[in-house]
Amino acid sequence: MIGIVDYGMGNLFSVSKGLERLGADSFISDDPEELSKATGIILPGVGSFRDAMSLLEKQKLDEFLKKYVAGGGYLLGICLGMQLLFDESEENGPAKGLSLIPGKVVRFTGMDANEMTYKVPHMGWNRLEFKHVSPVIEGLEEEHVYFVHSYYADTHESYITASATYDVEVPAIVGKGNVFGMQFHPEKSGQMGMSLLKNYLTLVEGKEKA
Amino acid sequence: MLTKRIIPCLDVKDGRVVKGIQFVSLRDAGDPVELAAFYDQEGADELVFLDISASHEGRETIVDVVQAVAGSLAIPFTVGGGINSLADMKKILRAGADKVSLNTAAVLRPDLINEGSDYFGAQCIVIAIDARYDDELGSWRVYTHGGRKPTEWEVIDWAKEAVTRGAGEILLTSMDCDGEKQGFNIALTKAVSEAVSVPVIASGGAGNAEHFQEAFEEGKADAGLAASIFHYKETSVKEVKTFLKQQGVVVR
Repeated sequence: MIGIVDYGMGNLFSVSKGLERLGADSFISDDPEELSKATGIILPGVGSFRDAMSLLEKQKLDEFLKKYVAGGGYLLGICLGMQLLFDESEENGPAKGLSLIPGKVVRFTGMDANEMTYKVPHMGWNRLEFKHVSPVIEGLEEEHVYFVHSYYADTHESYITASATYDVEVPAIVGKGNVFGMQFHPEKSGQMGMSLLKNYLTLVEGKEKA
Repeated sequence: MLTKRIIPCLDVKDGRVVKGIQFVSLRDAGDPVELAAFYDQEGADELVFLDISASHEGRETIVDVVQAVAGSLAIPFTVGGGINSLADMKKILRAGADKVSLNTAAVLRPDLINEGSDYFGAQCIVIAIDARYDDELGSWRVYTHGGRKPTEWEVIDWAKEAVTRGAGEILLTSMDCDGEKQGFNIALTKAVSEAVSVPVIASGGAGNAEHFQEAFEEGKADAGLAASIFHYKETSVKEVKTFLKQQGVVVR
């Protein structure tokens, strides 16, 4: 059973519908006690980093997520939910994140090395380039997925499972132990997105059986 | 590399898609869920639903449509038409749409853009602009109310204003080219795309696959939108993409 964290931000409906299409049971909650019963957690979200962290803190969901992960639980952050996994973000002045994966979240400069401007947000379909093996990309080929974001994670390459190129190398799938993040929206990325979510569900089911 | 997007636009009236009459292979050509699934399979990168309901009852049903489509569609979709307030945006986005498109309401009360963008993030807020060339102005003038009312706004000024206020994307329709099928308005598209920092969707005038190539390469558009050529099967999303790939345009 997947628990989707509701902290008042993001399109929970599309994530839960995505899981439903895969035949997975899920529930949406803002209560740490309820969420602790989940065999895997998804942290979705769109919007601003600082607002998201203060909402998580208000519900004590930040402490809960750290404890959940320390206890071996699987966590998948999507879009802003992935950015929250890092140490800090420069969005609206530095704001602290969950520090589950080392790194910080920075803005696209909108200006390339030749001083040519490019569009921000990074919006649309971009191709994944696989960097490291991970259970979430097992059996899959490098395909296009749907991105919408103005900030990206600046992190060590060892945590980058897959990236996409948009002037800079954009970490698209990150992972550290039982924590995973996807900068794009798997629930909006057609068949490829569904396959990625399926792989995460398989991991969680494996834990359920174990 | 980021791909260029192809976006079919569906008109919805009282909860049903209208103008989709050529889809004989479908059981029910007016069902938004079936049409959405059809375009998804064809390789559409996104969909736009334009609510053209005139009555209040018609407007209420769009929320049901959004919910039904969101439950079956695994690609992003935008809903526009008749969205006048933050409450309207909340209803549509909570029902599962990924973005809302604002047109007349944003011109009448530009603060609406700030409100939507602050609450949901810029990525949810598309500003639709209908523009027509104006000799007196020496540029393109922004029109509202479905193209019936001229405004004081010059198109680039308005596009910049909208982006400053938090628009995440511009859906730019050329009234001069719309329905003519002679190609997108390249000069207009290029002018706006180069003036703003957010993606621009070219709309109005698509007649064939070459027109999309022009819009992307000369017009600097990030996406191309079309309605009738897809609905009436004059071409298909798949055909357009195959052509673009052959021409070296990066598509999905």
